[in-house]
Amino acid sequence: MSNKPNSPSRRDFLRQSMVAVPAVTLLGSSALAQGQSTETPAAASSYAPRYFTAPEWEFLHAAVDRLIPANEDGPGAVEAGVPEFIDRQMEAAYGHGGLWYMQGPFVPDSPATLGYQLRYTPREFYRKAIPAIDDWCQKQHNQKFSLLSPEQRDEVLHQLEKGEIKLDDVPTAVFFSQLLTNTKEGYFADPMYGGNKQMAAWKMIGFPGARADFADWVEQPGKVYPFGPVSIQGAKS
Amino acid sequence: MTTRMKPVDAVIVGFGWTGAIHGLELANAGLNVLALERGAYRDTSPDFSYPHNADELAYGIRGELFQPLARETVTVRHALTDTAVPYRQYGSFLFGNNVGGAGIHWNGQHYRPSPEDLEFQSHISKRYGQKFMPADMQIQDYGVSYTELEPFLEQFEYLCGTSGRAGNLNGEIKDGGNPFEGPRQKDYPNPPVADTYGAKLFADAARALGMHPFPQPSDNASRPYTNPHGVRLGPCNLCGYCERFGCFMYSKASPQTTLLPVLMRKPNFALRTNSHVIKINLDSTGKRATGVTYIDAQGQQVEQPADLVIVSAFQMHNVRLMLLSGIGTPYDPATGKGVIGRNYAYQMMSSIGVFFDQDVAINPFIGGGSGGVQIVDDFNSDHFDHATHGFVGGAYIYGGQTGGRPIQQLIVPSGTPGWGAAWKKAAKENYLHATTVATHGSVMAYRDRYLDLDPTYKDAFGLPLLRITFDWHDNEYKMSQFVTDRAQEIVKQMKPKATSLTLRKPGDHYDIRQYQTTHTTGGVIQGASPETSALNRFQQSWDVHNLFVTGASAFPQNLGYNPTGLIGGLTYWSAKAIRETYLKNPGPLVQA
Repeated sequence: MSNKPNSPSRRDFLRQSMVAVPAVTLLGSSALAQGQSTETPAAASSYAPRYFTAPEWEFLHAAVDRLIPANEDGPGAVEAGVPEFIDRQMEAAYGHGGLWYMQGPFVPDSPATLGYQLRYTPREFYRKAIPAIDDWCQKQHNQKFSLLSPEQRDEVLHQLEKGEIKLDDVPTAVFFSQLLTNTKEGYFADPMYGGNKQMAAWKMIGFPGARADFADWVEQPGKVYPFGPVSIQGAKS
Repeated sequence: MTTRMKPVDAVIVGFGWTGAIHGLELANAGLNVLALERGAYRDTSPDFSYPHNADELAYGIRGELFQPLARETVTVRHALTDTAVPYRQYGSFLFGNNVGGAGIHWNGQHYRPSPEDLEFQSHISKRYGQKFMPADMQIQDYGVSYTELEPFLEQFEYLCGTSGRAGNLNGEIKDGGNPFEGPRQKDYPNPPVADTYGAKLFADAARALGMHPFPQPSDNASRPYTNPHGVRLGPCNLCGYCERFGCFMYSKASPQTTLLPVLMRKPNFALRTNSHVIKINLDSTGKRATGVTYIDAQGQQVEQPADLVIVSAFQMHNVRLMLLSGIGTPYDPATGKGVIGRNYAYQMMSSIGVFFDQDVAINPFIGGGSGGVQIVDDFNSDHFDHATHGFVGGAYIYGGQTGGRPIQQLIVPSGTPGWGAAWKKAAKENYLHATTVATHGSVMAYRDRYLDLDPTYKDAFGLPLLRITFDWHDNEYKMSQFVTDRAQEIVKQMKPKATSLTLRKPGDHYDIRQYQTTHTTGGVIQGASPETSALNRFQQSWDVHNLFVTGASAFPQNLGYNPTGLIGGLTYWSAKAIRETYLKNPGPLVQA
């Protein structure tokens, strides 16, 4: 497969993989199924989400595709499996907020420097924020987020990041921060978590993954390290 | 219904570094010793074994080895008039968990204090005059001098197998070591870990500027080492998974790799895990501890009688347990009186990303937690004349990196967007060619910075959380700016193609979202007077003579170094006083 974003082979791949998404996840997304938006990314695998609903799943693909786009530098977040990673994290203790102190009272208008103070667990935050953002896009752009052009999606993401979009019950900058954090986690975590497929993100930057033994390289400062990554489950490149 | 256990000679609360040291010292003195640890047992195998250890998401990001905040955290506010809110997610500092505590997931930086650090108030007033310090700064002396402590600092280094190069051997300044350190009687037990490339570039640049770089003293063993207890460590392979991770190589000094193989076999020592101490019990006079009460694995309250109580949990947990037990007068920031919670301090960091061209192969993933890094100590403590600078304290500057784990440690030059094609391109182009120069600085104690019990938030047992009241003061902004300027001079000499900078400037509030350091200090400080300290110079409670409290909670203010070397030295100093003096004639070791 070519790495060029707009080559025919790549577009074919995206279309084919769109077809490969289980039908159940696409219920209610006629636009996608009919291929009206050729720019909307699709899943790079047949993974069926356990947590996200079909509209959430579309949003997630359309968002992470812009946070880490596919291009000649290396894999995009979609083909790296970031949506799968995030979906699987939603079922883990992390997604349920099990790693956080979640007792009240909650003071959401505390200074940002005092950290996260919302009631939402990560999975609740996605569930609350995604439809609210889709509604906002529908009102502003007459399309839900996943059907916007890449440029429009970038613009919306920038507005979310800066907190310029005001939504009831969703501090958009805090939500954006969670989305971007989870995206980079999925892009760079060990592939056993569902993202970083084929260790492609590690290969792109030159990180040797779980090799974790450089005794022979300590005395050779400045020498280019020649080995590709390995994963925890033993995948090599 | 509380169960009452069979009495022991000594009970140890919290089984990390200092609990394990006291455990072995007291067991060797013939006492029947019991350690209570609220977490579970953990050991190199199977808990930190390869390849599962090389999992950035599980350990570095989700914090597998950290105390679960869901059950207990702290609350934070910036000022006395603010309402504190919980530290809900990890950011600024990382609590340890289970046997070994934070001694498992640390980096292994093993420093001694500078001699003046231990007598900081006296030293600063003598050199610059009392008025040099702001009126609300309340720094103090430790009550123990460097000369007194030196053998115990050495004892801890030889326990850990510290790798480094002496800079001051019995008063003689040695090339390639830290010329600013206090005199040491013996060299480090092991030679330094070889420099990583980023560290070498940093050291070359610093040397060209007339500064004095040296290899960071490190508890990542540079070669196989057998410590005085016969416990063996293996050489570090610079795996890049050190801080936030356990060590699968038996290279990073921890209770598990230095003490437990001997201690756990002692017939007169026992460890009880899943035992969460909630109170130190006192007799009717309030002058003597009768033992502790803990909650066991099932949730049942258990009373453990003991003749001697050693509180050796993490700094904040020590403070909280003293407050929950009602021992010592809680500190009152309105009057400046009271001692428990007094002089909470932190450290102030700055960081410069240093980016080179494609032909400079930094290989950032090659890194020990502390070995392989170079240090400039010229601007730390009182190593330089502060008279014209208008602040006290300082920072060391380090060059190099501890690993290149991409979720947490990938850095990009200033001005790079946080996402999108430009971020991705910068990540790809810079990852292999970037290193870090950073400063690691002291924070003084102030009248309005302290710890107490939160009035609102509770832990999983319904007990109040500890509340932190903390923000930066002008002295520290000035310190950080000054030392960061020196670091920038080194970086300029390294001739990078681009840089990035994280510096805390006046007006920037303490931000708990950013990891800075786990070196929190104070709250049960040691000193010369029961009016201004909770402990005497031997870490013995002024109020309750059979209670000793270890760790960084005893620091009267924070220094520019990583605290573990000093913590270990103070623990051995205290243990010797217990063994050789206290046990023969239990009572106050210092008359108030």
